[in-house]
Amino acid sequence: MISARLYILQRLSALIMAPLVIGHIAVMIFAVNNGLSADEILGRTQNSLLWAAFYSLFVVCVAVHGAIGVRVISFEWFGLRGWGLDAVSWAVFFSLAGLGFQAVFSVTGGA
Amino acid sequence: MNREKNTLSVEIWRSNTDGGAYQAFSVPKADNQTVLDVVSYIQQQLDPSLSYRFACRVGMCGSCAMTVNGVPRWTCRTHVKRALGNSVTLKIAPLRNLPVIKDLVVDMDVFFDKWVRAEAVHHPTRSRHDPIEAVDETAESRRAANEAIECINCAVCYAACDVVTANPDYLGPAALNRAWALVNDSRDGGREAILRAVSQTDGCHNCHAQQSCARHCPNELNPTKSIAGLKRESAKLALREFFTAGEQG
Amino acid sequence: MLASHCRHSLWAAFLLHRLSGLGLALFLPLHFWVLSLALHNKQALDGFLLWTELWYVKVAEYGLVFLLGVHMFGGLRLMALEFLPYSPRQKDLAAAAAAGAFIVATLFLLSATYNG
Repeated sequence: MISARLYILQRLSALIMAPLVIGHIAVMIFAVNNGLSADEILGRTQNSLLWAAFYSLFVVCVAVHGAIGVRVISFEWFGLRGWGLDAVSWAVFFSLAGLGFQAVFSVTGGA
Repeated sequence: MNREKNTLSVEIWRSNTDGGAYQAFSVPKADNQTVLDVVSYIQQQLDPSLSYRFACRVGMCGSCAMTVNGVPRWTCRTHVKRALGNSVTLKIAPLRNLPVIKDLVVDMDVFFDKWVRAEAVHHPTRSRHDPIEAVDETAESRRAANEAIECINCAVCYAACDVVTANPDYLGPAALNRAWALVNDSRDGGREAILRAVSQTDGCHNCHAQQSCARHCPNELNPTKSIAGLKRESAKLALREFFTAGEQG
Repeated sequence: MLASHCRHSLWAAFLLHRLSGLGLALFLPLHFWVLSLALHNKQALDGFLLWTELWYVKVAEYGLVFLLGVHMFGGLRLMALEFLPYSPRQKDLAAAAAAGAFIVATLFLLSATYNG
C-alpha cells in the first residue's frame, strides 16, 4: 500500500532524524545532569535560534515519519482502508506537527 | 509414545465449498519417509478422495509445496523426522496466503498474475535473425541476476510472507525476485518498465525485510536482498525523474 | 499465538521496530503537551518534572530511551540493507542494534540516577 513516494519520504525523514536523535539524547543526558526545573531548562533554551531550528526540523520529520508509519500499521494490522486510512494518517501528521511546534515555541520562544 | 509404535499420527486439512477441518489418519512408519510419501500413502491406501499436487518427487518442480507443522516446505524433500521435531503429530495443510480449491490444493492464479503485474517478464531486444547477444558473466549485474534466477515459482516464500498476509495485493517475494533478476539482465530491454511496475502502490516498497522468504526458500534464494536492490534502483529512478522533471516541457 | 514462520530473529527485529515506533508515536503527543506547559503553566511543568525523581518514572524513561534507540538503530540497519551493499550478517546487526539501544538507555539512566 506504500508507493515509491511515501517510501522515499519515510527514508528521507529517518535519515535526517538520525543525527537529530543522537543530538537529542546527548542533550537529555546533559539536561539531566545540569538541572531539570522549568526555569533551568528555559534558561538554556529560551530565545535560542539554534534550538528552535534544531527542534523545528525534528518536529517536521517526526510528523512525516510517524504519520507514514502509523498509516502502514493501520492498514496491515487494523485493516483500515480508503478515507478512514487517510483520516488517521493526516490526524497523526497534524497532531504531531501541531503539538510539536507548540512545544518548540513554548520552550524556545521569547520570554 | 508414538515413536515406539509403528504408526505415525497424521492430520490433514480437508476442505470443500462448505468449509474445512483437519482429518486424522494413521500411517505406517518407515525409516526414510518424506511427507509426500505420507500424503501419497493416505490417498492411495486410505482415502482416494484426498486432493493434492505433486509432479517430479525429487525437488525440482516445486509442485508439492504445502504447510507442514506450520512451516511451508517442499513435501518431497522433507523427511518426516525433521518435520516432526519434538511433536508427535504430523499436521499437513495447504500453503498459506493462497485460496484453497480443495484439501491441499491451492489456486496459484493470483501468484502468477502478480508475476505479470510486476512486469517480471522478459522484454526481448533481438529477434531470431540477429546474432546472439554476448553476456559478460563477470559483470556485477550478471552475478546479481544469477543469484536470483533459480526460482521455480513454488510459492513457499509467498506463503511465508507476513506482508502478503497483511496486504493481499502486495506483489510478493517471488514476483519481485524475478523482477530483480530481469532488471539485472543485460538482454532485457524493459528495465525502466520493470522498475516502474514494482514501484506501484503494492510493490517492492512494502517489504519489511522480515526475511521469512529467505529463511524458507528451498533453493536458498534471498528475495529480501533482491527487493532491497529494487528499492534502491527504483528510488534512484524516482529521484532522477524528480530532479529532471523541470527540464521536460 | 506465533505461527512457526514467525519464530526467527529477523522477524522479532521487525516486530520490535514496529512496536517501538508505535510506542513512540503514542508517547510523543504527551511529551509535546507537557513541554508546551512551559509557556502558560510553568508550575505544572515543574510539577511534572518533580515526578522524574521517582524511581519508577526513571524506569519508564529508561524504557522510552530504549524504544527510541532500538527504533533508530534498527531503522539504520534497514536503510543500510536497502542502500548499501547487502550484508549477509543481518542477524548480527539486529542484535547489535538492540545492544546499542540498551547501552544508550543505560547511560541515560545512570546519569539520571546519579546526577539528577
